[in-house]
Order: sequence, then C-alpha cells, then structure tokens
Amino acid sequence: MNQMLEIRWHGRAGQGVVTAGELLGEAAMETGKYFQAFPEYGAERMGAPIKAYTRISDKPIEIHSPILEPDMVIVVNPNLIGVVDLTEGLKPDGIIIINTSQTPQEIRKRLDFKGGQVWCVDASKIALEEIKRDIPSTMMLAVVSKATGIVDLDTIIHLTKERLGGKLRPEVVEANVRALKRAYEECVQG
Amino acid sequence: MVESKYMPLDGANAVSQAMRQINPDVVAAYPITPQTAVVQNFSQYVADGLVDTEFVPVESEHAAMSACVGASAAGARVMTATAANGLALMWEMLYIASGMRLPIVLTVVNRALSSPLNIHCDHSDSMGARDSGWLQLYAETGQEAYDNTIKAIRIAEHPDILLPVMSCQDGFITGHGVERVGILPDEAVQEFVGTYHPKYSLLDTDHPVTMGAWDFTDYYFEHKRQQTEAMNNALPIVKQIFREYEELSGRPQSIVDMWGMDDADYAIIVLASTAGTTRTVAREWRARGIKVGVIKPRVYRPFPAQEIIEAIKNCKAVAVLDRAISFGTPLGAGPLFTDITSALYNEGITGLPVVDYIYGLGGRDTVPPMIESVYQDLQEIAATGERGALVRYLGLRE
Repeated sequence: MNQMLEIRWHGRAGQGVVTAGELLGEAAMETGKYFQAFPEYGAERMGAPIKAYTRISDKPIEIHSPILEPDMVIVVNPNLIGVVDLTEGLKPDGIIIINTSQTPQEIRKRLDFKGGQVWCVDASKIALEEIKRDIPSTMMLAVVSKATGIVDLDTIIHLTKERLGGKLRPEVVEANVRALKRAYEECVQG
Repeated sequence: MVESKYMPLDGANAVSQAMRQINPDVVAAYPITPQTAVVQNFSQYVADGLVDTEFVPVESEHAAMSACVGASAAGARVMTATAANGLALMWEMLYIASGMRLPIVLTVVNRALSSPLNIHCDHSDSMGARDSGWLQLYAETGQEAYDNTIKAIRIAEHPDILLPVMSCQDGFITGHGVERVGILPDEAVQEFVGTYHPKYSLLDTDHPVTMGAWDFTDYYFEHKRQQTEAMNNALPIVKQIFREYEELSGRPQSIVDMWGMDDADYAIIVLASTAGTTRTVAREWRARGIKVGVIKPRVYRPFPAQEIIEAIKNCKAVAVLDRAISFGTPLGAGPLFTDITSALYNEGITGLPVVDYIYGLGGRDTVPPMIESVYQDLQEIAATGERGALVRYLGLRE
C-alpha cells in the first residue's frame, strides 16, 4: 500500500459502528500498519445517524481532521439512504460497502453511483440468524477484507475472539465468528 | 533504547497507561468530558491492584487540586487530570500549587470553556492558565500525550525546577481518537521517573517546615522572584530531559519540532494536533517546490522564544495559528501570536510580517484546504509587501 486508505462509516448510534471502526484499525495494526479511528461526535442519541472514520497507512498518520474524500464508505444501516448524503466526497473510483438485502445494481441506482465498486451484504439477516440480534457492524469488516485485502479474515476473527472472549459465552463468540465467515462468503460485488 | 509495545489506544487511555506505569502515590480527580476516560481507566487500575496509588474521588476540581496540594506538600508524587470548566474551577489552587513549588503533574484534555456550552476542543482552558506558574506541554498525538506525561514527572520534580506541569492534548481529536501508540516497558518508565525524594515535606518531622504560610510585604516579592527564576531557568533542563527520553524511547522529542525550517520562506507555527494536519499540507507544497515549513512547540511554558525566533527570522512571511482568543489584546489576537511577536520585537526583528489565525474554537474542524489558504495568504503577503489584517479567522462563517 503506497498511500493511505481513508474510510467513512455511516450508521445509527448504538449499532457498534465506532467499535467496528476501531476494530478495523486494530486489525491493520496487527500487521504493522498505522491507523486512526475516531467518531464524529455530536449530540448522541440512540438511533441518530452517526459518522465515524478510519485511516490506515504504512506510514505514521499526521493528519488530524475528518476525512473529506474517502476511498471507501461503509453503510451499516441501509435506511440512511436518502437521509444522509452517503456518497459525499467519495472518490469516483471508490468503494461502497453496504448492509442491505438489495443487489449492487439496485444500490448503485438508489445512490446514483456509477464508478468504483459496490459491495452488498445482508449483514442484518446474518446477524439475526447467527447472533439472534441485529448487530451488523463488525460483519462489515469481513467485507472490507474481501474487497481490499488490507486486513485478512483470520486477523479479524482472531481479534473478535480476543475482544468478545472475556465478556461472552463461548457459543456466542462462535456465533460471531460464523457470522463473520458468512459475511465474507455471501457478500456480492457489482 | 528500549522497544515499545504497540497498542490501539485513544489519547486519554494512553495517558492512563503512562499513569499506571508511573504509579504515583496519590491521584485526586473529578471527571469531566473529555478527560473522563483518563480517570476512569486509572481508577480501574487502582481497583485491580495494578498500582499502589491512593485514589481520592473528590467532589469537585477545586477539591481535586486542593487534595493534590496537600498530598504533594506531604511529600507524595501526585497526579491529576481535568479539562475546560474543571480547570477553571481549579484556578485558585493552580497558583497555590506553583507558589508552594509543588511538582504536581496535571493532564489536560483540552476543551472549550463555557459559555456557550461546548464539549469540543480548543485551548481556551489551558491558555487561560498560562500565567499561573505551571509549565505547559502540548501533544500532537496520543503517542506524544503518553510520552509527555512521563517526561512531565521528571521535569516537575527536578530540584532546580520544582514547579507543577500541565500536560495537554486535544480533546476528542486525540483524546478520543484511537491510534497506534507505543508503550515502553513498565520497568523502563519506572527507572526513568525514579523514586521521588522530596527535599522538603510536611511529614518529614525530623526536619519540620512550614509551607504556604503568611508572607506579607516582607518576603512575598522575593518568593515570587525565586519562582520566576525557576521558570526562567527551566528550559535547558526540560531540553535535557526530553533528550534523555528520546534516547530511551527512540522517538524524536525536541522541545520545538521543526519541519522544513532550514530554508522555509513561509512558516506556520501551531500547537498540538493541528500541527500534523499542517505538516500533511506542507509536504504536498514542498513536493511542488514551494518552500514552506511548520513549527510545533512541544513546550509552551516556559516559552521557547529563542528557538522559534532563530527558525523564522529569515522567512518571508509567518502565520501563527491560535486555538484561543486572548480577549482584549490588540485586535483580539491569540496568546501564541502575542508571545511570538513580542519575542521578535525583543530581538530587534520588526520587518518580518506575522499574521494570526484564530482557528478551531469549540472544535470547529480544521481541514487541509484551510491550511492551504494560510500558505496562499503568506505567499500573497510576501509578493505584495502588504501585511493586511493582523488577526484572521480560519473556517469561520461570516
């Protein structure tokens, strides 16, 4: 990687978006990279639209400001389409990763995004089936891995086990791992 | 040099890690956003038995600093943390700590002062305390916040300084921003800070002393003269401690960070996290062949005037970025600007155009296009010879 990868996350407060952004950075750090992960702090209320940012680079990251022209936009909650300008500043050859039951073609049309790549994953469905709760944020990391290779799935699984292992029952941790693997397999690009 | 272990930490957490390694005798603190995580994490370390610290959960920041003063006078190594209105509430005790020459270390996670109510970053809190007799360090990153916390102990307790130190970082921007932070081994930090042996302490009953006593027209003036002498002579010692820490950590730690200043025509002087954003822009401009530079003081009190003047005296135009207004100064300039311009005058340099930019108040984002506009302004000032407005505003809607 010659330059920095800049990612903007969109979700709703309480969905674990900030944690997912941090986890992505942490996964990159495991392979010797530098990272920054920070949310945009407003007046947080459960369910309010929120943004978070992750930067990943081979070199130390000096810039300390929100990302204006992201390389990637990750949308954790599809009901933000039409509510928030999700493609604002996104590079024309950028990547959109979205939690949705729709196809990349349908998402492209709804977002009026012609360039780059669109990756769709029904993360909420996977989460409900495996974890029994609609907590789709970390599943987006599996798709980041597939779309860019910037972090590998094994590292994400390893970190998930480490983070959840101390707090949750083994079968819940395993359900999270299964969900990650399914997100990796079931996501589609278009 | 010892190897650091890399951890994903926000700036607040990085400071708690440093505090855990320092293992101070007493921490008295009260929580306030965005400092809360510092104290919250540290109190967890106390509860988990990872430190021997006596943790005093007080009812206010005034009480926090009061307890710190008492503990420090008793001979303990003392630390605390605050922000914004919490620092304002400590005000009375800040002067008592410095006047009694107590080497307390205070972490400030910078936040705008009310009113209007705002929890985001600017430097109005610590800048207001710049005359309170505390040394001040400013960190660009969570890494520097960690490093400065450790250095602050050595600086404060140095027998020729014996003054409290405020170690500042930008609220939310680095305070809540998670990044890769290198943590030294616990033993290396403990060895670096050493054991605190106070020269005078209230609990040393074999050598009884009086502290903070009545001091009227007879000696008050002389004591203030001694206090200012300690501050005036602190910089070479601070430099030496920074150098020692650099050798230990392998991380550059000059008291004033210079980038591109060997031959810069246009310089920006800025504290804390925005220095990184400025350097990002400066690298791009340098690649296009424009001689720009960035100066970031890591130490603000005592003010490293000589280093800064030496670096900028041959520039064509200079911009100072201030994240606070010093209300009532000519045209409402910021504190960094007034320090730099008065230092220039004292050195007899009066022809160099210097302009001030108030930026980022209440956490207003400072993005690369704003920094570019500053360098553009400097080029124009140099080209036309017209300095124009002395105090300007960056990213303000007017």
